[in-house]
Amino acid sequence: MESKYEAVIGLEVHAQLLTETKIFCGCSTKFGNPANTNVCPVCLGHPGVLPVLNKKVVEYAVRMGIATNCTINKKSVFARKNYFYPDLPKGYQISQFELPVCEKGFVDIVCADGTEKRLGITRIHLEEDAGKSIHDQGSETLVDVNRCGVPLIEIVSEPDMRTPEDAYLYLTKIKQLVQYLGVCDGNMEEGSLRCDANISIRPKGQKELGTKAEVKNMNSFRNVEKAIALEIERQIEIIEEGGRIVQETLLFNADTNKLASMRSKEEAHDYRYFPDPDLIPTIISEEWKKQISDSLPELPDTRKARFIEGYKLPAYDAEILTGQKELADYYECVLKETNDYKSASNWVMGEVLKTIKEEKIEISDFPVSPENLGKLINLINKNVISGKIAKDVFPVLLKDNRDPEIIVKEKNLVQITDTGAIEESVDKIISSSPNQVQEYLSGKEKVLGFFVGQIMKETKGKANPAVVNEILRNKLNTLK
Amino acid sequence: MLPYKNHQEKLNLIKSGKLSLLENVKYFLDRAEEKKDINGFNFVFKEDALKSALDIQKKIIQGNAGRLAGMVIAIKDVLALKDKQLTCSSGILKNFISLYTGTAVQKIIDEDAIIIGKTNCDQFAMGSSNENSFFGNCLNPCDLTRVPGGSSGGSAAVVAAGLCDAALGTDTGGSIRQPAAFCGIYGLKPTYGRVSRYGLTAYASSFDCIGPMTGNVDDAELILSVISGFDPKDSTSMNIEPALSGKDYEQTSKYKIGVPKEYFAEGLDTEIKLRIEEYISFLKNSGFEFVNINLPYTQYSIATYYILTTAEASSNLSRFDGARYGFRSDYEGSLADMYTHSRSEGFGEEVKRRIMLGTYVLSAGYYDAYYRKAQQVRRLFKNDFENAFKQVDLLITPTAPTSAYKLGEKSNDPLQMYLGDIYTTSANLAGIPGISIPAGVNKQNLPIGIQFMANHFQENKLINISRFIENNFKNGK
Repeated sequence: MESKYEAVIGLEVHAQLLTETKIFCGCSTKFGNPANTNVCPVCLGHPGVLPVLNKKVVEYAVRMGIATNCTINKKSVFARKNYFYPDLPKGYQISQFELPVCEKGFVDIVCADGTEKRLGITRIHLEEDAGKSIHDQGSETLVDVNRCGVPLIEIVSEPDMRTPEDAYLYLTKIKQLVQYLGVCDGNMEEGSLRCDANISIRPKGQKELGTKAEVKNMNSFRNVEKAIALEIERQIEIIEEGGRIVQETLLFNADTNKLASMRSKEEAHDYRYFPDPDLIPTIISEEWKKQISDSLPELPDTRKARFIEGYKLPAYDAEILTGQKELADYYECVLKETNDYKSASNWVMGEVLKTIKEEKIEISDFPVSPENLGKLINLINKNVISGKIAKDVFPVLLKDNRDPEIIVKEKNLVQITDTGAIEESVDKIISSSPNQVQEYLSGKEKVLGFFVGQIMKETKGKANPAVVNEILRNKLNTLK
Repeated sequence: MLPYKNHQEKLNLIKSGKLSLLENVKYFLDRAEEKKDINGFNFVFKEDALKSALDIQKKIIQGNAGRLAGMVIAIKDVLALKDKQLTCSSGILKNFISLYTGTAVQKIIDEDAIIIGKTNCDQFAMGSSNENSFFGNCLNPCDLTRVPGGSSGGSAAVVAAGLCDAALGTDTGGSIRQPAAFCGIYGLKPTYGRVSRYGLTAYASSFDCIGPMTGNVDDAELILSVISGFDPKDSTSMNIEPALSGKDYEQTSKYKIGVPKEYFAEGLDTEIKLRIEEYISFLKNSGFEFVNINLPYTQYSIATYYILTTAEASSNLSRFDGARYGFRSDYEGSLADMYTHSRSEGFGEEVKRRIMLGTYVLSAGYYDAYYRKAQQVRRLFKNDFENAFKQVDLLITPTAPTSAYKLGEKSNDPLQMYLGDIYTTSANLAGIPGISIPAGVNKQNLPIGIQFMANHFQENKLINISRFIENNFKNGK
């Protein structure tokens, strides 16, 4: 439906950083340890303890800032966000407020119709994660403090998105970037990447923004898209019925596919932010910034351009291959073995991705080494096996990742290019199929397919089809 | 009476076999028992102290003991000591046991001091009279009807009463210096950042300092040199050469001393004023040069101090919510009820007053008018002092406007109580060091304190001037 409304969407993305230790103490950030074991007096908020900043955390935030074209602030300041909750041991969260570590950046997304959109990033700031409240263990609420102090970056976008698809693509881009940079594993289902959306609508053409609502608790990329679409629908309905949007926070329920109000503006917290007197301002020198910048891995856009340019791949291939760092790495490892860039791309985008999807595994767990895939491609190109045979070899490779050349030999799959052997086979078929020979001679070219099929059957598919065709035609034509 | 004047003499006596450390510790323990009515100790660690005495005596004889070997020290009950109560003299932590030892305390332990116990104080170090303690008032050993000052009232009282050799106090707005003055001992508030705050239960993080409270200058210097230094656990701590050895003592008489007229205005007790003038003329006669100094922002010190410290306190004390440790109310109800009741029942009145004030000044709509403005004024205080210390080495002022007052005299008038901090809060606002030295007694036999302040990290000048007076004034009298 072509709506007369336009949605305005901004996202707040929290990414858990992949540091070994927490942001303000030496405790491990390891996920999945028994409850309340990754703790010390500091992250338990005991009297007298003080936070000490983990430098790696700043480095990771700066990496993301550079990758999203942000200004890296020379001086940033930690602030306390005050609120009471049992899983927040100090009664405040150490975050950044007036002076975040990065500001004013952007990312570019490519929409389904091929148009590019530039989406602004307001700021990236550092903060500590809170603990976990567990409500479903009997009547009591339990608290697990392991997650307290796990470092987070919060990436706040400008309200530049207009559709749920924009939001999906933006989020995909953020995930792609954090993974490329190695700062976060980007797993939304496990909560290492979290997303809240601010959504408002306004009549198309209107400049001023409508009243926004915030949607939380969307734990997958598709849910983000779904929840935003739902919220836009809900707001349009209210306006259409003559109502007014109330500023509130809504929770998305993935089981029921519904939004439920969590709190209204009146119930919103006054966080009483103020600079944390326990921490000195973080100073990022030009030198440090340059060091971090120099150590950045190649970013997805650059890599994509290089794939198009260097490997002469279609933009479509390059986009898919660089979509995920590990996939692009895999592809480039295949190229260490073969220089048939396009075939390698076809194999990775075809058989490899298909298998990953079917088996629901990650590329890192894909059983065929890029080396062996490259070798397989080379076997085809050197006419040792046909493309068709290669498709049969692939499942064997999946089972036991061995040198395909050995597999081909063991299974006796080497393509027959020996003209003598093929001639023999051709003669045999011609003499045993007089009717079909007559048909061919009377002009029915189509019957050629029958002969090829018979010969392939005879040679168990190993005959080189091009050679078969050539010999067959020659022999039949001499009968004319 | 103790047979020694300072720690060095004590060590010499032990080494020469003329003093048994065990007997010495027993003496203190007995005396602490005897003087229980002062209520200076929240906890006395009798067994630990006796055991340490034996161990350390051995070390001293063997010659491998630390710099504070055998010094019997009491620590304020806001400092963390592993496996011991850490109550901050508040009901909300009445049963709390610390999981760790703070840096300053660990440093004195590492130098073989003996920790005799934890001292009474105002709840969470909030107060100037030690009348805000869950464990009851601490009394001034010089006059049991009077307050010992606060918030480190217990620390001052146990030193003044001779229940230990020295104590650690904490000073956020005068809490070391003012009780030292009230009880007639030395109290040194170091430069902010000189001593690690790790293990000091925060009242106002950008003000809090740990410092020594002693009966003599040497011990104050010795303890300060032990507890100083950068601590990787405290990002606001700094490693600046202590320069405390007294090697520049000869330079002392060349010091130029400033007299800030704002500190001698209305409200100052006449006897205290006269006593300081007496000291000034003595120092003048000894060759010191004096200069009149203006510190125009002094009149804003109390307002600025109470806005900023309560703001920080309101956040620092949020962790005491009954959810994870400490006191939890029996009241059955919602989570919000649990918070409200635990905190209402657990905290004392003064603490609640400051939490509310601090919450208010940080609230949306008031932040700019109060908190931000006060931060700006704080900057002006720093400038004020920076300018002053371009002209002089030291400032001389009273420590407090009055001597120790009667119990209950001010406890119902918080504003009067706050005004008592008028001469001490400025040093905390500027982060500079200050010392209160005993300057005799008034006609009622109550101690008078004189304060010296110096520029950042110039505790050596405070030590030198104090030592000069300690060595020469009585003779010159």
